[in-house]
Amino acid sequence: MDISLKNVEYRYSADTPFERLAIQDVNIDISSGSYTAIIGHTGSGKSTVLQHLNALLKPTKGTVFIGNREIKAGRKEKNLKGIREKVGIVFQFPEHQLFEETVEKDICFGPLNFGVSETEAKKRANEAIKQVGLSEEILEKSPFDLSGGQMRRVAIAGVLAMEPECIVLDEPTAGLDPRGRKEIMDLFYKLHQERDLATVLVTHSMEDAARYADEIVIMHKGTVLQKGTPNEIFSDPERLLAHGLDVPDVVRFQLRIEKTFQTKFDRICLKEDELINMLAAFLKRRGAQ
Amino acid sequence: MMEKMIIGRYVPADSLLHRMDPRSKLILVFLFVGVIFLANNFWTYGILLIYTLLMAGFSKIPPRFLIGGLKPVLWLVIFTFFLHLFLTREGAVIFDLGWFKIYEEGLRQGIFISMRFFLLILITSLLTLTTTPIEITDGLERLLGPLKKLKFPVHELALMMSIALRFIPTLMQETDKIMKAQTARGVEYTSGPIKERLKAVVPLLIPLFISSFKRAEELAVAMEARGYKGGEGRTKYRQLSWSTVDTLMILLLLAVTVLLIVFRG
Ligand SMILES: Nc1ncnc2c1ncn2[C@@H]1O[C@H](COP(=O)(O)OP(=O)(O)OP(=O)(O)O)[C@@H](O)[C@H]1O
Ligand SMILES: [Mg+2]
Repeated sequence: MDISLKNVEYRYSADTPFERLAIQDVNIDISSGSYTAIIGHTGSGKSTVLQHLNALLKPTKGTVFIGNREIKAGRKEKNLKGIREKVGIVFQFPEHQLFEETVEKDICFGPLNFGVSETEAKKRANEAIKQVGLSEEILEKSPFDLSGGQMRRVAIAGVLAMEPECIVLDEPTAGLDPRGRKEIMDLFYKLHQERDLATVLVTHSMEDAARYADEIVIMHKGTVLQKGTPNEIFSDPERLLAHGLDVPDVVRFQLRIEKTFQTKFDRICLKEDELINMLAAFLKRRGAQ
Repeated sequence: MMEKMIIGRYVPADSLLHRMDPRSKLILVFLFVGVIFLANNFWTYGILLIYTLLMAGFSKIPPRFLIGGLKPVLWLVIFTFFLHLFLTREGAVIFDLGWFKIYEEGLRQGIFISMRFFLLILITSLLTLTTTPIEITDGLERLLGPLKKLKFPVHELALMMSIALRFIPTLMQETDKIMKAQTARGVEYTSGPIKERLKAVVPLLIPLFISSFKRAEELAVAMEARGYKGGEGRTKYRQLSWSTVDTLMILLLLAVTVLLIVFRG
């Protein structure tokens, strides 16, 4: 299922004194099975863009195409449930959405809302809890007796159990420890590869964007500053740095070396071993001179 | 989804009402609440309506926003109207379907009571729209100051009020956030049968309660960590100043009161 935003503008509290332009002129295409990362400063409009992907927000201008549906500014929409079933969102701090007595019930909540049978929902809960790296015993516990990190995983399992065709992640690892962060990111990458699950990730981590994404979108002050493959994006690191955005450690290291040796390599490396090889070749050439 | 609500919200602007002393605004609202019961015929309600609209004009709040924001409460007003219209059985019959009659007094009562309701909501909204929660609290604390001698916990009351007012917008935001999260999990808040929509309240309220309790606890700890220990010996950063406008506004309401007494039936 493809999703695309065409000239989308969104104003919060439109027509009130609190009106606030959050994004404008945003064009993004997300094809099925792709992995897109959205990067940008805090307040640049990333979360606002995300909420258009399953019609939680309707554009105040422009159009959003989700599969065969068309969400146009200024038109009333009915029956959005079908869209929500296909596009699952994991919000920033999703643990705030937990409410059931047991973890199992909470994970089943989404699937049951979409008309999945009780036995099937339980089966999915069982599967999802293992996917997020928790043991089955947790299913019987109250979600409020868990640690913050466990709650986060349960909330994520609740979205996975909906078995969406596209999963949208708003900083899913914010506030987790480094190991938990890596586990969660690896989990989503595995799902993306095994099930061809289209993934949209909002992140502040350039490392994650460079490592996992096929396509990177850079948001700046409510507009799309740049989009392209990681290689295209990071081939011009100065531009990112000028906008106060970070680049992956590997790239930063390469820039330092280039500066120290007063040289310029012919391309930007995103992988460590790639850089090592290039550096080794360079030093050899230098030594030979 | 809740962004149009205006109850408890402050709209920054530079208007006559914004510049008034919070004490005079509080006095005006309390007086108004009493005065409104003097009205009992079309003349007196007319005077009150004009007065209220005048105040709304002074506030420089865009009328479209004011009306949009009051929409949710308007349902309550309309409900009140019909309740009185159908249940009052006095005066001449003005509409007769045999088993179903509408009486003149019912119509009158319906219009008056719902009007009273509407004016009260409008005036109190104007207070919160033009006064920051901090100002309201400061004003109230000063007005009730004399009661401290009677061991009435004025400071604590004011603090409670300011915290409550301060957290209304936060609570709204939180509600919006959780509603969105549950909508993404297949709950429908804006369409579908009533029974389903009522059921949908549970996944909203539980997370809200939990986060509110958590926030209250955090707030208490944060206050203590910063050395808060009640009103004893606490000085004020903001000074209140009473100006001629405040006096004039109170005189205006007193004049309205006199008019009401003259014209009431
Ligand atoms: N509910 C809201 N009401 C009014 N304005 C909002 C609301 N949510 C966001 N905004 C504004 O819209 C702009 C974009 O916000 P958004 O949440 O999309 O940013 P973000 O890129 O997700 O930031 P972060 O990295 O902090 O999550 C900001 O200027 C913000 O103040
Ligand atoms: Mg965000």
